[in-house]
Amino acid sequence: MNNQQLIIADRTFESRLFLGTGKFGSLEEMAESIIASETNMVTMALKRIDSQSSEDDLLGLLRSTKAHLLPNTSGARTAKEAVLAAQLAREALETNWVKLEIHPDPKYLLPDPIETLYATEELAKLGFIVMPYIHADPVLCKRLEDAGTAVVMPLGAPIGTNKGLRTVDFLEIIISQSNVPVVVDAGIGAPSDAAKAMEMGADAVLVNTAIAVARNPINMALAFKEGVIAGRRAYESGLGAIGNHAKASSPLTSFLFE
Amino acid sequence: MNSFKDIFENYHWDDIKAKLETVTLSDVENSLQKSTKTIDDFLNFLSPVAAQKLELMAQMTQKITQKRFGKTIQLYAPLYLSNECQNICTYCGFSLDNSLKRKTLSSTELIIEAMALKAMEVNHVLLVSGEANKTVGLSYFLTAVRLLKPHFANISIEVQPLSEEEYQQLHDEGVNAVLVYQETYHQEVYKEYHPKGKKSNFNFRLETPDRIGKAGIHKMGLGVLLGLEDWRVDSFFNALHIDYLQKQYWKSKFSVSFPRLRPAEGIIEPNFIMEDKDLLQLICAYRIWNEDLEISISTRENEKFRNNIISLGATAMSAGSKTNPGGYVVDPESLEQFETSDERSMNEMRSIIKQAGYDPVMKDWDSVYSGI
Repeated sequence: MNNQQLIIADRTFESRLFLGTGKFGSLEEMAESIIASETNMVTMALKRIDSQSSEDDLLGLLRSTKAHLLPNTSGARTAKEAVLAAQLAREALETNWVKLEIHPDPKYLLPDPIETLYATEELAKLGFIVMPYIHADPVLCKRLEDAGTAVVMPLGAPIGTNKGLRTVDFLEIIISQSNVPVVVDAGIGAPSDAAKAMEMGADAVLVNTAIAVARNPINMALAFKEGVIAGRRAYESGLGAIGNHAKASSPLTSFLFE
Repeated sequence: MNSFKDIFENYHWDDIKAKLETVTLSDVENSLQKSTKTIDDFLNFLSPVAAQKLELMAQMTQKITQKRFGKTIQLYAPLYLSNECQNICTYCGFSLDNSLKRKTLSSTELIIEAMALKAMEVNHVLLVSGEANKTVGLSYFLTAVRLLKPHFANISIEVQPLSEEEYQQLHDEGVNAVLVYQETYHQEVYKEYHPKGKKSNFNFRLETPDRIGKAGIHKMGLGVLLGLEDWRVDSFFNALHIDYLQKQYWKSKFSVSFPRLRPAEGIIEPNFIMEDKDLLQLICAYRIWNEDLEISISTRENEKFRNNIISLGATAMSAGSKTNPGGYVVDPESLEQFETSDERSMNEMRSIIKQAGYDPVMKDWDSVYSGI
């Protein structure tokens, strides 16, 4: 995917940075960070949205940022729960986009690959644009493509850990063979991690904790914006190969040409 | 391994008590530096000597909590269903031998109370009752949950220990979390405080979280009643219990509460006094040991402590609480379980949390995930 703009389903994205909306100390700080990041899409948990209340503060502020809203199914433990949640989100937010999160394990919030595959098949059939959060598993990525996923969202490290791209070897394989955009999700702790993912050829990154929990979230959002732009520009410009070997001044094979 | 009892029997109260006394400052420092913490590290954080490291522990607690839970506090309120009780618990206002008039909410009264909570914008509700199996048993709870589910995103219960099948039915009806406190892990002392009623069965209570886990309940809350026995030893056992449960029931979430004995009608004085600095040390010990544990702070605690704990490990708080059935509207004068210490309203608490730079979260669950 070496085009200038990121396209997912029928939507074109100017920014390759997506933001999560959890963990911010205030809704205002969250909204300002979103604006500073210049992101075009933010994800929020369906469970945080109060569709019964006509004046849900979170939703109102998110809408004011102009970013697309990407509801996620955080809290779901099975495909069945996730599909129900996606349907509810479609009704409440009038969007058929969904970030699929199925983590039966509440400790590390690691995604269940089996349930995620089932839910992707089901949701794609129901006309959803599915963005599944998964392990950096290249085979699973291909299976999800077959199931009709819109993107794959492999994790860089366990969610919320800020550990960076611990799964780098698998991300490389995923990126090299993907037919859908690859969005690196979870674990990105610093703008340099985001830049690194973009340099590798990831199509976008999703960041939450590193921005929300920073001492100054708004400036951190700005830093991530710049990191993502720098990384992408480097990728598109063609990075030099990394070499370990010095070029010998007297090549061993030079006798062949004497 | 089928229950915590098998593990519990390998530990002895006096050994843990002695071990806590022999912890050195360098033990504490080593434990604080480890990247993965075990129950032995928790014991070190809990030790008397670790109090010297309280400032460092508090700073670590703040960082770890922000990383895992963000700058947010989940708000909830209790809804007392009944103060009828067949148990004698010498510290509780609802104790059978306390000869005051009893009340159990009717369905209509339940809805009226629920509407009062909705007016406070409460979306996570905790249902509480005494133990009166004939009038306030499983069928009463199922009806209550059925009536309340359309109005609340998240329903938790804190009632008498039930069977696995009963928990399964509550789960299917839409209960998200079950809270059950062992009160004390000291078997002999437990007998003294609970001389009569079903609750006097120590082991049945001890194995309750196993039944909750087997029934697939999303979240379980544990705790000890601080003031009954040596809080350090009791808390070690409580953490040991959580440690076992977390490995055994890997799909469940865990929360811990810190009920300190409060004055109530006709009860005895606490045997052990726990000061604010002790409670803070305990909260920090839990957080540094276990990053994913939800930490809940009730209105048993005073305003000053609650204001400061917002940024020191807490993840959930109750506010505007009434601890008597009908306390919000229907029967404000009925017998209460204990006197609350922080009487500020839900709205006031939300402002306090905002002032601390935290987001007061009213809804962090959806009934779509309950009872499937």
